[in-house]
Amino acid sequence: MAMKKARIIFSGSGAGRVLKSDVPMGLFGHLDPKTGVYHEARHPLDGKCVKGRVLVFPRAKGSTVGSYILYALRKTGKAPAAMILSECDTIVAVGAIIGSIPTVDRVDLSRLKDGAMVRVKGKEVAIERG
Amino acid sequence: MKLSKRERDILAGKRGKGAAKAMEILAALGRIHGARRMVAVDSVQVSGISYGNIGEHGLAFLEEWAGLRSRAVVAATMNPGGADRTLWKSLGYPPAYVRKQERVVAALEALGVKPTLTCTPYQIGFAPLFGRHVAWAESSAVCFANSVLGARTNREGGPSALAAALTGVTPEHTLHTDEGRLPTRIVEVKCAVTTGADAGALGYLIGRLVSEDAHGGVPYITGAVPPNGPERINWLKALGAGMAASGSVGLFHLEGVTPEAIADGARLSAAAKARSSIDSLLPAKKALFSGKGPIDVVVVGCPHASAEDLNRILSLLGERKAKIPFWIFTAEVIRKQSQVNGVSAALERRGASLLADTCMVVAPLAELGIRTVATDSAKASFYLPSHHQAKVYFGSLEENVEAAVRGKWR
Repeated sequence: MAMKKARIIFSGSGAGRVLKSDVPMGLFGHLDPKTGVYHEARHPLDGKCVKGRVLVFPRAKGSTVGSYILYALRKTGKAPAAMILSECDTIVAVGAIIGSIPTVDRVDLSRLKDGAMVRVKGKEVAIERG
Repeated sequence: MKLSKRERDILAGKRGKGAAKAMEILAALGRIHGARRMVAVDSVQVSGISYGNIGEHGLAFLEEWAGLRSRAVVAATMNPGGADRTLWKSLGYPPAYVRKQERVVAALEALGVKPTLTCTPYQIGFAPLFGRHVAWAESSAVCFANSVLGARTNREGGPSALAAALTGVTPEHTLHTDEGRLPTRIVEVKCAVTTGADAGALGYLIGRLVSEDAHGGVPYITGAVPPNGPERINWLKALGAGMAASGSVGLFHLEGVTPEAIADGARLSAAAKARSSIDSLLPAKKALFSGKGPIDVVVVGCPHASAEDLNRILSLLGERKAKIPFWIFTAEVIRKQSQVNGVSAALERRGASLLADTCMVVAPLAELGIRTVATDSAKASFYLPSHHQAKVYFGSLEENVEAAVRGKWR
């Protein structure tokens, strides 16, 4: 099933199972680039690994150093396959580019269920299963 | 967003891979923020220099970018790093930390960024002209350049500022445009704002007040009267630093004082859709004061002290001597001048030390054994408890000099 066209932040192609948070994610201090695991008490992604997943979250929060975390995930091989946001800010945009992670925003996240197979290609977001 | 032929060539890699990556970042940011085109910038201030702040991943990124062999095409300067490059040994820095810090500086130098290592480039010869575009990171310098000098810059981050340095352009949006510089709110100040610390406290309150306004808010301030004479600059510096820390303000207008308010005050103030007032600085002073127990060190110079500030500290000390460590953070160039004109030696005889290349916010205070400080900086008082788990006595420069001389607060 094809969805409405999104806005490209970093153009590319990536597919995987959705890992979804309904609340903002903090990158610096929460997402460990060595393991790809997110750590934040009472956060829906606490203890989850982002590697190879299509990471779906409304927006980022916290330190501007967060861009470097996305770059580091690429270097350690723990990067998500793609990222889909409601509204992408400067921190995530810069991180997506320097980490070469296909990223789009301006997407209605309600149709993207956790665990569904989703492909991001350019500005297309396609739900392949789920 | 429309790119020029030159910008498309850069994007296509005709000026190297490093510049192409830079243009890719700028084009994406321009798209996100609704820019129609790029504007040429006169200078760039790069932040994210302290190794303690950016860590091994930031360092790896900068070294990789440096390896692509692109260089800055406009004047580009560095924010403070984590260590004083001359005095680190006597301050007790771990050598391993300093080696990593030097690698950050070396990578940026390879990219053509000058190792000025100060948050106040405008005090050492890199002041932008009125109406000109620059791309500065370092929130307090952004506020000063926009508000006091009337130059135009958004609040850049480390990578986006570096991207502007490598290409000479930045996306034209928000504070680069006339519309983006219109005030979102009139802030009527109904209390005295006497000292630089008062100005910082006022800035702290204003930053919080306008943080929900569009683009972090542009306050049009009335009723606050800065001191006359050289202290006025320090006061304005502290005001901007305070609001840039507690909110994300990149520009303020102060009625009768800042250049755009003087030139066009009536039109600007008419554009503000909201209005608030501030009756007292006490809430800020309470929020920023966390001091308890003995003071490890008195720290002033956040933002970095000017030559004027050094003279003022010297005259407040008189013939008295500090009983506890008293650190004054400044730019290396200003320290050098003060070594030539004798101010540095005079301060040292009175127990005060001049530190350069770093500052209290980005230095690894806890590793240096510092748990409790006194300062006149609202910005430092805001960051130190969360960044370094330090307790902070916040007060005027006069109170800080007294604390240094007596060895305790009040």
